[in-house]
Amino acid sequence: MQSYSLTHLRELESESIFVFREVASQFENPVMLFSGGKDSIVMFHLARKAFWPAKVPFPLLHVDTGHNFPETIAFRDALVAETGVQLNVGSVQDAIDKGMSVEEKGFNASRNALQTATLLNSLEEGKYDAAMGGGRRDEEKARAKERFFSHRDEFGQWDPKNQRPELWNIFNGRKVMGEHFRVFPISNWTEMDIWQYILAENIKIPSLYFSHKRRVFERDGALLAECDYIKRRDDEKVEERVVRFRTIGDMTCTGAVESDADSLQKIIEEVAATRTTERGSRSDDKRSEAAMEDRKKQGYF
Amino acid sequence: MTKGKAPAYLDMDLLRFTTAGSVDDGKSTLIGRMLYDSKSIFTDQMEAIERASARMGGDEEVNLALLTDGLRAEREQGITIDVAYRYFATPKRKFIIADTPGHIQYTRNMVTGASTANLAIILVDARHGLVEQTCRHAFIASLLKIPHIVFCINKMDLVDHDEDRFEEIRDDLKAFCSKLEVNDIRFIPISALKGDNVVHKSTNMDWYQGSTLMYTLENIHISGDHNHVDCRFPVQYVVRPQTAEHPDFRGYAGRIAGGVFKKGDEVTLLPSGFTTKISSINTFDGEISEAFAPMSVTMCLEEDFDLSRGDMIVRTNNKPEVGQDIEMMVCWMGDAPLALNGKYAIKHTSKDVRCIVKEIKYKVDINTLHRMENDKVINMNDIGRISVRTTSPLFHDRYSRNRITGSLVIIDEATNKTVGAGMII
Repeated sequence: MQSYSLTHLRELESESIFVFREVASQFENPVMLFSGGKDSIVMFHLARKAFWPAKVPFPLLHVDTGHNFPETIAFRDALVAETGVQLNVGSVQDAIDKGMSVEEKGFNASRNALQTATLLNSLEEGKYDAAMGGGRRDEEKARAKERFFSHRDEFGQWDPKNQRPELWNIFNGRKVMGEHFRVFPISNWTEMDIWQYILAENIKIPSLYFSHKRRVFERDGALLAECDYIKRRDDEKVEERVVRFRTIGDMTCTGAVESDADSLQKIIEEVAATRTTERGSRSDDKRSEAAMEDRKKQGYF
Repeated sequence: MTKGKAPAYLDMDLLRFTTAGSVDDGKSTLIGRMLYDSKSIFTDQMEAIERASARMGGDEEVNLALLTDGLRAEREQGITIDVAYRYFATPKRKFIIADTPGHIQYTRNMVTGASTANLAIILVDARHGLVEQTCRHAFIASLLKIPHIVFCINKMDLVDHDEDRFEEIRDDLKAFCSKLEVNDIRFIPISALKGDNVVHKSTNMDWYQGSTLMYTLENIHISGDHNHVDCRFPVQYVVRPQTAEHPDFRGYAGRIAGGVFKKGDEVTLLPSGFTTKISSINTFDGEISEAFAPMSVTMCLEEDFDLSRGDMIVRTNNKPEVGQDIEMMVCWMGDAPLALNGKYAIKHTSKDVRCIVKEIKYKVDINTLHRMENDKVINMNDIGRISVRTTSPLFHDRYSRNRITGSLVIIDEATNKTVGAGMII
């Protein structure tokens, strides 16, 4: 007799597809945040599955800080060309040029905080009532209590004490004018699930994730890529090392790890053996104990 | 799917469980222990809680409970205010923990965490045995029809690992559970602090011949937890590409809520009652011959009947109840009490309706299970039996038969907040 059970990856896939279809049904003008990182790539892959053979019925929104790795942008553009999805770009550089945002100064300057302003601005301009993001609950403590459907007030703020209980798989996306939702279709996936799924489904990802030679320097225990956006201190020496990136964010705050994992299989082995979380190489989370919680309250994803 | 040399993770399945326990039962320590012993805590997380432990000046070296207390507001007050989800995996299974606080005012969180769980771990302090909170946790687990309940008799190290004490508590729990509808109950003597019988077998309790908690979690049979008998397919979304490649494709997308659907099956469409056949079951990865819960698929029918969201595809010889008078147990989550004759919105599978509360039958004392027929004020965190009339029929089953087609949420139309969780009787 056949056993009617699904593997963990198929069950997660089915759950995410269900969430996408709820979003398409419950909202008038949804949008999917796309960063070019592996989570948003997997998320987009799942969205294509949800609506196949029709096209994904919402656009992608990329908040471009101007500090992206060139590989990320090239990958994004190739994906758009291949799938024909509509891509909208919100530019932090534009916001700075127009005087709407002010650049941080100093050695650890980052555009992470500015990203939030551009994001909220882009959501408002697009009149989007739901924005889907690739946040996962295993990433960080403040995310562990995040809902699939996360309610935001008219200022885009997250109030952890005022979230709707989420029972079974029934998602309540009702709202009044001006409010919107953040939706996290891959809430229940872990970093390991993402990698296993990328391998199982043979999903293309940017070359940055695989081990390669790169000129880097060390700062606060992290390896940062040499680039025009980071001021180096005199004692910070650049040298070529064999590295890869576990996450892809801005060049200014995404640390590389030394690794010779040049295939998905090796990356999975490395992730299984590794003893630090992927956000451990993100300097934006190290700023304070509750860094993520604070940024989320302000409207960060 | 071929097995052979496939990596182990392609054979892993997924167990969702909830943990319930009072503040001092050692729940956070137990979760910390499971994460730690299964090597799911990373060094940077460990360093972060070491820093936090030092700052709070606790007398323990590292407070494992800090791993599970997420938000700053909670850390400062030393309490947990909401359901938090944790993840870990062993080579056999991936686990999702819905970690819920156990204080009396947080019944709504326990219900939320329990709603998606296959298994509940209920912690009992070996020194105190069965207390009111234990009854409440067991009742909620049975009300939410969690298929498996594991009572962990914790802090065995504080009762000298005494077998008689364990048996005494087990007998009390068994007696209490005979009043509940639960199929699978287990009892494990543990010490979360010392690690006995959590991941590793205890050397202090040779008298215990059963499995460790982790072995139980890894091996408990869960594929029968879904209903594979009564075919239910709520239409969630209609896929119509209208492209040159697929000019006439009209597919009904949804997640199977019960039963096994096969290509060629005769099906009845609700609410119309028309009968037709499944012409294909489609996924992005190609057509499949059969589909079962909880798969997300897109079905095509032989004849085009113009179904839409909220409709349901079922087997002709096995239909759900169709009706507007719905009787249910409700767990209330709203700030204002449930209003008799009040109007609310309801979400049930993919259907949205409105309802009016016709009758509040009784409220349950969740500590004693007594029906309070004279106290009919259902406040936040109360559980009661009510009946409502809906604006249009729901296609439903008893919750005990199907947790998907038997569940619904109640929404306050003024605030849009989710104020109630309903389990259809």
